[in-house]
Amino acid sequence: MRLVTAIIKPFRLDDVRDALARIGIQGMTVTEVKGFGRQKGHTELYRGAEYVVDFLPKVKLEVAISAELVDQALEAISDAAKTGKIGDGKIFVYNLEQVIRIRTGETGEDAI
Amino acid sequence: MEDSIFQLSYALDTFYFLICGALVMWMAAGFAMLEAGLVRSKNTVAILTKNVALYSIACIMYLICGYSIMYGGGDFIMFLDGITADGVSGSEEPATYAPSSDFFFQVVFVATAMSIVSGAVAERIKIWAFLIFAVFMTGFIYPMEGAWTWGGEAVLGLYTLGDLGFSDFAGSGIVHMAGAAAALAGALILGARKGKYGPDGKINALPGANLPLATLGTFILWLGWFGFNGGSVLATASVESANAVAVVFMNTNSAAAGGLIAALITARLIFGKADLSMALNGALAGLVAITAEPSTPSALQAPIFGALGGVLVVFSIVLLDKARIDDPVGAISVHGTVGLLGLLLVPITNGESASFSGQIIGALTIFFWVFITSGIVWYALKVLIGIRVTEEDEYRGIDVAECGLEAYPEFTSGTK
Repeated sequence: MRLVTAIIKPFRLDDVRDALARIGIQGMTVTEVKGFGRQKGHTELYRGAEYVVDFLPKVKLEVAISAELVDQALEAISDAAKTGKIGDGKIFVYNLEQVIRIRTGETGEDAI
Repeated sequence: MEDSIFQLSYALDTFYFLICGALVMWMAAGFAMLEAGLVRSKNTVAILTKNVALYSIACIMYLICGYSIMYGGGDFIMFLDGITADGVSGSEEPATYAPSSDFFFQVVFVATAMSIVSGAVAERIKIWAFLIFAVFMTGFIYPMEGAWTWGGEAVLGLYTLGDLGFSDFAGSGIVHMAGAAAALAGALILGARKGKYGPDGKINALPGANLPLATLGTFILWLGWFGFNGGSVLATASVESANAVAVVFMNTNSAAAGGLIAALITARLIFGKADLSMALNGALAGLVAITAEPSTPSALQAPIFGALGGVLVVFSIVLLDKARIDDPVGAISVHGTVGLLGLLLVPITNGESASFSGQIIGALTIFFWVFITSGIVWYALKVLIGIRVTEEDEYRGIDVAECGLEAYPEFTSGTK
């Protein structure tokens, strides 16, 4: 099992969710985060004082996926999240040791 | 028949006074929302607490001694004693409106003057030091200069401002510039917020957390100002005064509009962007500019006067920052710089009541009295109990440090 973490542009979230649903992945956790990679921030003005906004709003998606579906999922996320412009984000794949469904107590692949 | 007309006009004038007083009371909500919107979220509860408390302190102190100092005519009467339901005991003329309505209308002006101070000292003042200052400001400092102006008394027995050609209809100087003078004294003795000014003249932005609240606050103040200026006509139950009231409402409104547009355009030209916070300050500046004389300007002059305030306030805010005087909400600029402008505009449309020299003498009298006495109180408080929170508390946020509350709690868990 793998935990796929994707940092994407916030307005791509709906498309990514739909793309994952199309390959059968229904559950995910989404967090609002801020970050930057090589995308530069911008300066804003507040009452005449300049300030630099380095940390840009992004969305972090976390999905637990069985190993067989991972490549499909990576492709789905990439295609849906891509705009071709700088700041599109990154995907990280972690090994997932254990998953438990709290309501039923199911573990492992049954819990995904 | 004559008696019923008198009864009716007494009732109408009283009613009008009370409604206008209620509108000015509503300005307290406006100030609270405006300030809450322009400070950072970690300092929001503190400024709200200051606002509700200062309003209440003003009401009580003015009742205890302030009203008497301002209008008692030299007789010091505490707790409104002698200002009976039928009129001030011993007065020669019968009242044309209920005396309690006069107190009610006046007390909300005191609260307005005091409220101006809270924005300038926000985000680093100790709440209790501020509230103790409020006791002095509302119980003594403001009533004294109010006595020398609206109260008609001689300034420390030396000269009478009305005789010298000083006129301030609703209080650009008496209320607004006075509040700003107290605010300036506080801001200077308190010092700037940590991180606001860097070395080599760098000015850092500390953006407000809730611009919707700030906007709402501005509109609330705008509405309340109809009572502030409108009620200062002091009557409505005659064709003459009703006409005056209508003109005052109309001019007050268009001055605000002129101020907002002028500030918005000025901000766009100087900074390249339409800064909402400057626009909001501009509307208030327009209101302050017209407050010293809202009844005599023509329909066109009013928004132009407001626009002058709107342009001036933007430059004043920038200049104060360059002078490293930290004013988180622009109160000193809106109420002080433009309050002075408001006074100086009066002779242009009302040369009968006011002369430039009279306005300047009045402005200097008010400013120095309030600035110096406030400075003394602030300094005494600084020495005795300290007026600034610790550096650590300032970074943590004074909500947690002074109030034990968060304005926007997200990760709290209750204890059983």
